[in-house]
Amino acid sequence: MDETRIQDRSGAGQPAVSSLNERPPTHEAKIRGGVASAIAHDSGMKHVTGAARYADDEPELPGTLQVFIAMSQRAHARIVRLDISAVRAAPGVAAVLTADDIPGQNDYSPVFGDDPIFPPLTGDGAIVQYVGQPLFAVAAETELLARSAAQLAKIECEDLPAAISIDEALAHADAAGEDLLPAYEMRLGNSAAALEAAPRRVKGRIEIGGQDHFYLEGQIATAAPMEDGDVFVRSSTQHPSEVQHNVAKMLGRPDHAVTVELRRMGGGFGGKESQPALFAAVAALVAVKTGRPAKCRLDRDDDMEMTGKRHEVRIDYDLGFADDGTIHAADFSHVVRCGYSRDLSAAIADRAMFHADNAYDLKAARIHSRRLKTHTVSNTAFRGFGGPQGMVGIERALDEIAFLTGLDPLDVRKRNFYPAIGPDANVEPAFTPYHMPVTDSVIGEIVDELEASSDYRARREAVKAFNARNAIFKKGLALTPVKFGISFTTTHLNQAGALVHVYKDGSVHLNHGGTEMGQGLFVKVAQVVAEEFQIDLEKVKITATTTAKVPNTSATAASSGSDLNGMAAQNAARTIKDRLIDFAAERYHVPRDQVVFQPNRVLIGNMEKRFCDLVGEAYLARISLSSTGFYATPEIDYDREAASGRPFYYFAYGAACSEVVIDTLTGEYKLLRADILHDVGKSLNPAIDMGQIEGGFIQGMGWLTTEELWWDDKGRLKTHAPSTYKIPTANDRPDDLRIAIWEKGENRSETVYRSKAVGEPPFMLAISVFLALTDAVCAAGGGRAFPRLDAPATPERVLWAVEDVRGAR
Amino acid sequence: MAQPTMPASRPIRFVLNGETREVSGALPTTTLLDYLRGPERLTGTKEGCAEGDCGACTVLLCEPDGADGIARRSVNACIQFLPAMNGRAVETIEHLGRDGPTPLQVAMVENHASQCGFCTPGFVMQLHSAWLTGALTDRQSVKDVISGNLCRCTGYGPIVEAGLELAAEPVPDTAEADAELATRLADLEGEGVFAYEFGDHRWFAPSDVDDLADTYAAHPEAILVAGATDVGLWVTKQYRELPLLIDVSKVRDLMMIEERQDKVYIGAAVTHRVAQDILGSIHPDLGEMLRRFAGYQIRNAGTIGGNIANGSPIGDLPPCLIALGSRLFLRKGDDLRILPLENFFIEYGKQDRAKGEFVAAIEVPRLGDDQRFFAHKISKRFDSDISAVMAAFCLTFDGDIVSDARLAFGGMAGIPKRAKAAEAALVGRSFDAAAVAEAMAAMATDFSPLTDMRATGGYRLKTAQNLLKRFQLEQAGEVSGRIAVIGPEALDLQAIGGAS
Repeated sequence: MDETRIQDRSGAGQPAVSSLNERPPTHEAKIRGGVASAIAHDSGMKHVTGAARYADDEPELPGTLQVFIAMSQRAHARIVRLDISAVRAAPGVAAVLTADDIPGQNDYSPVFGDDPIFPPLTGDGAIVQYVGQPLFAVAAETELLARSAAQLAKIECEDLPAAISIDEALAHADAAGEDLLPAYEMRLGNSAAALEAAPRRVKGRIEIGGQDHFYLEGQIATAAPMEDGDVFVRSSTQHPSEVQHNVAKMLGRPDHAVTVELRRMGGGFGGKESQPALFAAVAALVAVKTGRPAKCRLDRDDDMEMTGKRHEVRIDYDLGFADDGTIHAADFSHVVRCGYSRDLSAAIADRAMFHADNAYDLKAARIHSRRLKTHTVSNTAFRGFGGPQGMVGIERALDEIAFLTGLDPLDVRKRNFYPAIGPDANVEPAFTPYHMPVTDSVIGEIVDELEASSDYRARREAVKAFNARNAIFKKGLALTPVKFGISFTTTHLNQAGALVHVYKDGSVHLNHGGTEMGQGLFVKVAQVVAEEFQIDLEKVKITATTTAKVPNTSATAASSGSDLNGMAAQNAARTIKDRLIDFAAERYHVPRDQVVFQPNRVLIGNMEKRFCDLVGEAYLARISLSSTGFYATPEIDYDREAASGRPFYYFAYGAACSEVVIDTLTGEYKLLRADILHDVGKSLNPAIDMGQIEGGFIQGMGWLTTEELWWDDKGRLKTHAPSTYKIPTANDRPDDLRIAIWEKGENRSETVYRSKAVGEPPFMLAISVFLALTDAVCAAGGGRAFPRLDAPATPERVLWAVEDVRGAR
Repeated sequence: MAQPTMPASRPIRFVLNGETREVSGALPTTTLLDYLRGPERLTGTKEGCAEGDCGACTVLLCEPDGADGIARRSVNACIQFLPAMNGRAVETIEHLGRDGPTPLQVAMVENHASQCGFCTPGFVMQLHSAWLTGALTDRQSVKDVISGNLCRCTGYGPIVEAGLELAAEPVPDTAEADAELATRLADLEGEGVFAYEFGDHRWFAPSDVDDLADTYAAHPEAILVAGATDVGLWVTKQYRELPLLIDVSKVRDLMMIEERQDKVYIGAAVTHRVAQDILGSIHPDLGEMLRRFAGYQIRNAGTIGGNIANGSPIGDLPPCLIALGSRLFLRKGDDLRILPLENFFIEYGKQDRAKGEFVAAIEVPRLGDDQRFFAHKISKRFDSDISAVMAAFCLTFDGDIVSDARLAFGGMAGIPKRAKAAEAALVGRSFDAAAVAEAMAAMATDFSPLTDMRATGGYRLKTAQNLLKRFQLEQAGEVSGRIAVIGPEALDLQAIGGAS
């Protein structure tokens, strides 16, 4: 047993150090599960045996009420009357709660205060603004009783004009003279003059659809009433602190009255950042009003109708360029469909702008963004947070430049990359449209390597030859880069806390503000702590995220989880380690630098001790073995007013090459092969990172191909279940998928072990699939016209694009 | 006809993870999933969608195979009704690793095949079930087997690798234990018509077709349920009250398959999975259609009769069977009625089925030497998707001349329907580009398809027309291959052909 056993009451006075039962250390060369090892997800075995518990799997407390949230059937209407007396009288119903029952603030929004939990029943605010908006909650003995009772409500509404599509939203906004959020602009140089002076121009438009998160575990929260009117909430959320704050705000209680905890989510992808607050608030309200525990678990259809999605964006582009494909200037106009409220749309629309340049030096640019209100669910965070939409705009434009110049699209891309700035190179860094110098560009090198490893040039010729011989099937090929900015662009969010306890037996309890949604954050942070103490990973217990241990956390979002929490946990571990070093140096009279942590042991001068023995001794010597840790990302500083500064600590890079084939009779298509080379810096865990790359790529492919959100003219989302909303399946993944982590990767910024964030960037590798489809459509028209293919490129859109380039429509 | 005496209500008796269960205090429409996660506290089985479309709730269902052995299949617990478990055995994820992780579970972990882990128990149960039935052979089979399981995190690669490792493992010989289980299940099932009551809700499960005919005649208001892949959603999604259900999934006579030289008879309760091979033997396009017909678990439960009887305008099977000239066998009491399948569908929501009459079997002609067949499904996603257009064509030739044409479609009208004008344009001519062009134009008079979330009416018509063109190009040898079945070998220029 590699641990010590110190009993609390070993007798009066000081127990002898000999009571530690000290033994000589073993001499492993390396700890098990340290940084950079490709070990499995900490819950892997629990996942495959069904033992991993999610919120709905926890045993229900006796008397738990099931909560159903009644939803609006109108897109935009004034509530004339809501009669819930029959609902109250229905069998099994314990409570029916409306806006009138909310003791504190009737709002669950993350920022702007415009997301009512339930609409007020009287006054100006008595309106509903999307189909699916919560109206009231029914708490009953079973979910079915609650749901059945809710149908008995008598609702009278007066329809108001609704804006569903972007065009309708533009008309509404222009008529009202006001957008949902103020327009925003970034400017680099004099783009208007540069556009005028450019030898050639290209103007175009692309519409990019939204996306449902389709986390496999739907939204869920449970709430238990505690003494003093406090509430204990279990929530499937990426943002426990915000859930805590929103629940407290709703109850009119201080934050300390609410504790939010979760062990894991069954997927998040951004959909559990601001959305879970609603369900937690409703469950907490029921708990407080009835004195009984409450569970609010959404059915899949209700979830998809009630919760926000990726933003749909329309992009108009206007680029000036030279015959060799060099960009002289660029102008992008984004129109962002935000839904009924602001939610996180300001930051999301900003991030779309931050990525309008992707990996390219635009030299002069204007990026304009309008954020529009529609009477649909409020769109929200989703992997990439607007970045993917922004990137699609420039990538489409570059393809069109290649079409107009007759150059290979890859050559046009390479000509415009942000230059690499070596330590002794005399290349000056180029500036992004928000005036940040790009000093860490490795995109040229990555693309060169991928061009060779994917055999791009030969395959381009093969595709041409194939297309020359085939009338019905056409192939397309595209190689696209990704440069993704890492940090919350809202600077103050870039902070994290951790709490580490070392127990007197040498085992370690790790807690931090990050949440586990499958991305492997917990195991990565545990690896960092194991590495710091030089102990085997199984000595580190990973524990549930709770607002009671680490306060005021930011959402586990923006790919920042490992960067922030890894550093905070390392900081906590280092504090304890420093105390142990001080203690050992003093007790054994050696200089501090002669106390060295080696695998599962500590070298103290020429003496060696097991880690647990040193810990036991320190405990007896009354040394604190617990510490918080904290981290705030350095160097970032963005002035939003001036649209200038350094919003990102660093950039993550990657590139993908995709080859598709389409059927010009039906629009059906298939991804045949994809090659990916992605930069994760120095990987904390290559197995976890590979999983993020592949998973992100396939999810991105779904967004741009088969995942279509379809609203009818009444504003009803008709694709609200897996029967109608089609995420990729195993057969959509190409057998020939070659993914590699870029071996030369090393973060130039001082991140945890020089790793790079990996959650979001690979999502955008899938833009190569969309552009390969565009390329194939272009070939179907004999290369005579550039295809106006919008996203998602469903088989139907592909077929119509083919008809268009053939002049048949 | 004498009013049969109604059998007395019995508890639902089945085997769960090796242990016998007797349940009597639940509504007949209680789903297996709610039972597992609720009273049994077996929470490893997850609810992802409650409509049989994500596979997170996959469990293994075992039942006597009629030959002293056990037939195994995976099903979606979310839409299986609890009384249907009577005389069957259910295994959940908790049972699988009871003696330590299985090679599949180890392979899943070692291949990093789980991330958030919520879909994982479903994948494990699905792969495990398929492996036990010998369905895991190569990479394509692994992907087809998990076509009804959704994962949002991994991108599937590691899961497929784990499945391939499992495919290499020998399937254990369970004959002895199976014989024992078969006896045990037969005992649990009991004799005669199984009846289960809770309050004013009733469930009958006859095992004999005459009993079914009698029970249905006595209760013509009952809803017939077989695999519950449709009726299950009436409960989980539409929250309908179903006070009286008759389960036909155990009626032995409805599970027969009879092969004749020129036709096959398929009983109404034969599942799509079981019918896949026999229909595939008529034409590969039918096998391919069934490969892409819903998810694997749905094919394991849904029946041929159900796909016809529910009258859906977008069912994939009826257009194919209509094109082949199939005939439907309907039974009411002691009366048997035979009609061409196309006549069964009258209009949207209305079929030629009398009260108390049920679909007994379908007669599917095999293709003659003078016939050519084509079937193709158009959907947003290849796997487990409802078609925008399902096209099935059968042409009979007299030399080079088309003597008979049957062009049947799903998704183009309120019912599965033939394109009579287009057919007329083909008959009496050689099957060439000119004739097809006229037939394509005529198709616009046959149909005015609707626009919905799956496709616009314009796209449906365009692809319906283009599929006829593809049939002609394929027959002329000018094009071969379909996108849905193209693998990486398509990188080879010769592999899919096609004229310029």
